[in-house]
Amino acid sequence: MGLRTGTFHENYAEEMATFNSRLRWGLVAALIVVLFLCPFFLSDRMLTILTTMGIAVVSVHGLNILTGYCGQISMGHSGFMAVGGYTSAILCAELGWPFWAALPCGALAAGIAGLLFGLPSLKIKGFYLIMATIAAQFIIIWIIIQLRSITGGTDGLLVPKPTICGISLTSKANYYYLVMFFVVLATITAHNIVRTRAGRAFIAIRDNEVAAEVMGVSLWSYKLQAFFIGCIYAGAAGSLLVHYVRFASIEQFPFMDSVWYLGMLIVGGMGSTAGAIFGVIALKLLDELVTVSGPILAAAVAPQAAASLALISHGLIIIIFLIFEPRGLYHRWEMIRAYFRLWPYSHEASE
Amino acid sequence: MTFFLQLIVTGVAQGMVYALIAIGFVIILKCSEVFNIAQGHFVLIGGYLGWTFLVLLGLPIWAALLAAIATAVIMGLLIERLMLRPMVGKPVLAVIMMTIALSTVLGGVATLLWGAEYKAYHGLLPTIIMKVGTISIPSESLIGLIVSVICVAILMFLFRYTKIGLAMRATAEDLQVVQSVGIKATTVYAVSWVIASVVGVIGGILLGGVSGANMDLANIGLKAFAVVLLGGVNSVGGAILAGIILGMLENVAAGYLDPILPGGGLAQVFPFFVMIIVLVFRPHGLFGLAHIERV
Repeated sequence: MGLRTGTFHENYAEEMATFNSRLRWGLVAALIVVLFLCPFFLSDRMLTILTTMGIAVVSVHGLNILTGYCGQISMGHSGFMAVGGYTSAILCAELGWPFWAALPCGALAAGIAGLLFGLPSLKIKGFYLIMATIAAQFIIIWIIIQLRSITGGTDGLLVPKPTICGISLTSKANYYYLVMFFVVLATITAHNIVRTRAGRAFIAIRDNEVAAEVMGVSLWSYKLQAFFIGCIYAGAAGSLLVHYVRFASIEQFPFMDSVWYLGMLIVGGMGSTAGAIFGVIALKLLDELVTVSGPILAAAVAPQAAASLALISHGLIIIIFLIFEPRGLYHRWEMIRAYFRLWPYSHEASE
Repeated sequence: MTFFLQLIVTGVAQGMVYALIAIGFVIILKCSEVFNIAQGHFVLIGGYLGWTFLVLLGLPIWAALLAAIATAVIMGLLIERLMLRPMVGKPVLAVIMMTIALSTVLGGVATLLWGAEYKAYHGLLPTIIMKVGTISIPSESLIGLIVSVICVAILMFLFRYTKIGLAMRATAEDLQVVQSVGIKATTVYAVSWVIASVVGVIGGILLGGVSGANMDLANIGLKAFAVVLLGGVNSVGGAILAGIILGMLENVAAGYLDPILPGGGLAQVFPFFVMIIVLVFRPHGLFGLAHIERV
């Protein structure tokens, strides 16, 4: 990808900068301002959609670091979200902790769970690691059911209303602000973690484990770091989700969600921060489309058509992306940008 | 003692079910290095196909079996041609995501066609009831055992004495060499998917005939992966033995520990505990080949 005409990199700092022109700075700042102005002109329903999207973005950023950058495929992400969600729910409901203290503790607990279940990754990879993380998902949910006395088991757990500095976060708009704050925070940290020494080590491990180890990258340390960081994001997202619904139950963290998070990553484009966001938006929009068109289809074809539509459409969209656009929406977006940047000399756009 | 023996026998029955699913999985893996997460969904489709042909269309058993196998062959060919052929040579994650997407599509198709309902067709398949002393041997155990043994015998013969079997083993060994001596790898892949889908559908009909067809058939598929890992991913015989071992362990553990544990449901997660233990201590399983990585 070339640079925009008139933009030059004259030193290393400019080369590494996130934004290489004032225009991009301005666009991103404008986007954030628009995000925070949304509650003033959007309906409650739209805010709900955006809030759930935001929570998914936080979670998928974690999965992107773990899977997209470090190459350690996790199919138990929803389980790690459950650890974070339940930890902060228990701290708030049973011990009366304030929300702002419970959320980081939930994230930390999920990180520790990630370390634990990341241990097999030191010995296995690929399909075997997927199996180990699927096992993690089911074992975590089972343990939550077993600890009935503190988690409420299958009945779930009521969570008190979250407040920060005396401001109640019960209204949709207030919670939306909170989630968007975390989305911005997660995006900035995710984007910067992969530019550090650890991030470069992650990429080296993803591209070739043996070569990375020979070059002095400690697999033991960096794989576990990737699991820890990825699961911290999951824990924060799980905590946000539980406090949003003000109820913690195992039905909020189903196995299929873990699959869809990976699907979001594939649709958006693995190994790019923007890709994670694109993927979440695309699949969540598809969800909404299914929700809206479901009743119409159920009336027109058969009552079970609505339920099957969700499964088939999600499956098909992932199949289509895997075959025709394996690098995801982010890659397509870059191609479109390059096309306009080079227009009318588009033949220059050969990478 | 009777309690223990009954647990063991029930466990073997459960284990045969796992083994049937695991065999189809191992075949695809052996030939094309694809980890087929959707194997449990072949069983699901098979269960519902059995109901469609036996109850809805009222065919005799032999005709229903032939019709189901024909459907399975078409399904296997379509899946291989449309979904897996474009994925040849792609990274592991992409291929696995493809089979996961396939499993959701198959689940969606089953929901659309059969409404995710419980469909029973007891008494339409021949049942065998055996009693040894006070312990009754459930007929799914016997039927599962017989069918698994027949499947394995046919597959062993196929792998050892036929040309296509040799081609399949060679493809598993080295794709490039196989292509250079003029074997069409795509044919081998297609055959392996057809076999897996037929095995899955037959298993589904048997299970459906014994305990009815419902969406849970697909969930058993997920647990069958513990069997595959325990037996070693590339061993057909190992899959059967591991299925029996795991089924017994699961039932004994659940039978004795569930009354102690508050939430119960140990049988549901037991295979996953086994999975983790196997993966940490013996990743290639009991009978699998250890994988050595070279740069």
